[in-house]
Amino acid sequence: MKLVTAIIKPFKLDDVKTALKAAGVVGITVTEVRGFGRQGGHTETYRGTEYQVEFLPKVKLEVIIDDADVASVVDAISGSARTDKIGDGKVWVTTVDELVRIRTGETGPDAV
Amino acid sequence: MESGDTAWVLISAALVLFMTPGLAFFYGGMDRSRSVLNMLMMNFWCLLSVPVLWVIVGYSIAGGDVDASWFGGFDAVFLNGIDLSDGGATLLGVIFVGMFAVITPALISGAVADRMKFSAWAIFAPLWMLLAFAPIFKWVYGGWLGVRGSLDFAGGTAIHVNAGIAALVAVLILGKRKGWPKEGHPPHSMPLVMIGTGILWFGWFGFNAGSALAANGQAVQAFMNTFLAAAAAGLAWAAVERIKDGHFTNLGVASGIVAGLVAITPAAGYVTSMPAILIGAAAGVICAFAVHLKFKAGYDDALDVVGVHLVGGLVGSLMIGLFADPDYFGGDHMKGLFYGGGLNLLLEQVIANGVAIVWSGAITAGLLLALKATIGIRVSDEVEESGIDAAEHAETGYNLGEVTMGRT
Repeated sequence: MKLVTAIIKPFKLDDVKTALKAAGVVGITVTEVRGFGRQGGHTETYRGTEYQVEFLPKVKLEVIIDDADVASVVDAISGSARTDKIGDGKVWVTTVDELVRIRTGETGPDAV
Repeated sequence: MESGDTAWVLISAALVLFMTPGLAFFYGGMDRSRSVLNMLMMNFWCLLSVPVLWVIVGYSIAGGDVDASWFGGFDAVFLNGIDLSDGGATLLGVIFVGMFAVITPALISGAVADRMKFSAWAIFAPLWMLLAFAPIFKWVYGGWLGVRGSLDFAGGTAIHVNAGIAALVAVLILGKRKGWPKEGHPPHSMPLVMIGTGILWFGWFGFNAGSALAANGQAVQAFMNTFLAAAAAGLAWAAVERIKDGHFTNLGVASGIVAGLVAITPAAGYVTSMPAILIGAAAGVICAFAVHLKFKAGYDDALDVVGVHLVGGLVGSLMIGLFADPDYFGGDHMKGLFYGGGLNLLLEQVIANGVAIVWSGAITAGLLLALKATIGIRVSDEVEESGIDAAEHAETGYNLGEVTMGRT
């Protein structure tokens, strides 16, 4: 079982969700985050005082999938989240040690 | 008093009361979300503590004896001697001015944002009303400054310059916020700021036009001046921002509107419409630059009370010296420079404002230094960092999460 985490631009969430559903993913968790990478922030001026807004709003998504689906899910996310402009984000994959479906008590790959 | 006059002044008093919550939102939205409740409470505290003190002793010393030069006396304490035999005219005066007594100390709250101990503010605000607002009010209205010929229609000197200098002295004694000026935060809720601005402008029609104390032509012109000066000042501040920063902001427009309203306050019943536009425009431009002074001079006037109220009040008060037109109003006061009056009126305006600055500054310093030496006036660094609302009020401004909380 793998956890696929992605940081994407907030307005791409709908496209990514559609692509993930098409790839057979049933569940997604989404968090609103702030961050920066190579994309710089912007400046806002309030009464002549400039504020450096470095941390930009992003969306973090997490999906848990079978090992076999990693490549198609990563492709689905990358492809649908890409805008070719700086700040598109990143996708990474980590291993899940244990998984439980709370309602039924199923464990392991049955719980994906 | 004619019933139309009574009706108008009663409505005006209600409009002026509304300005204190309006001010609370105007400041509160500019502050951090973790300090918004403290800012609101400092303003609402004035609504709680001042009315009672005002009718017990404040009114008496500020206006009990209309002809007294220096001190209104104690004859009207507990509203002694005031009944409805004059149709309520005197009592109405107590009410109307009482609303001004409430908002004047409240103005100072914007400067001391995020770092003042609430217990110190709670004592400072009503005492300041008694010792700084009331005497200056007496001197300007029927007292020695007014008798000399200086003009202050609705409280440019008596309220805005008064509170403005108090704010400056207060921030010098209180000290800067941690990390200021390098660290800062933008307004947490511009929508709140704009709601506050709208309420202030609306209420200001009572503040200015109500100061005619009658539903007459002077009230109508004062209303017009309030309408025009605010608009001109908002445009002017926006223009300054557009030129300096490449774009203008809601905050700039809001600040400009308030600066214009402050500036027209002393002049509202003494100048005509075109000069009102000029006064507003002048305040908008001058205050847009004046708010930067704090960075050069090193004082942390958090929400620009000094830049808008002290400077705006001075701009308007001094410009009366240029534009006062008694013939238009059928008044017998001095004429402004551009109406053939020479420099006499301007000189009296300088003197009146100078006196207010010295007295208010001294009282503010005295009160705050005494509080500093006894109960302390500043919250700890930790509280300042983590948020003054939780520490001083045990309240949270925004409970937006979905997390369920247990009840004890």
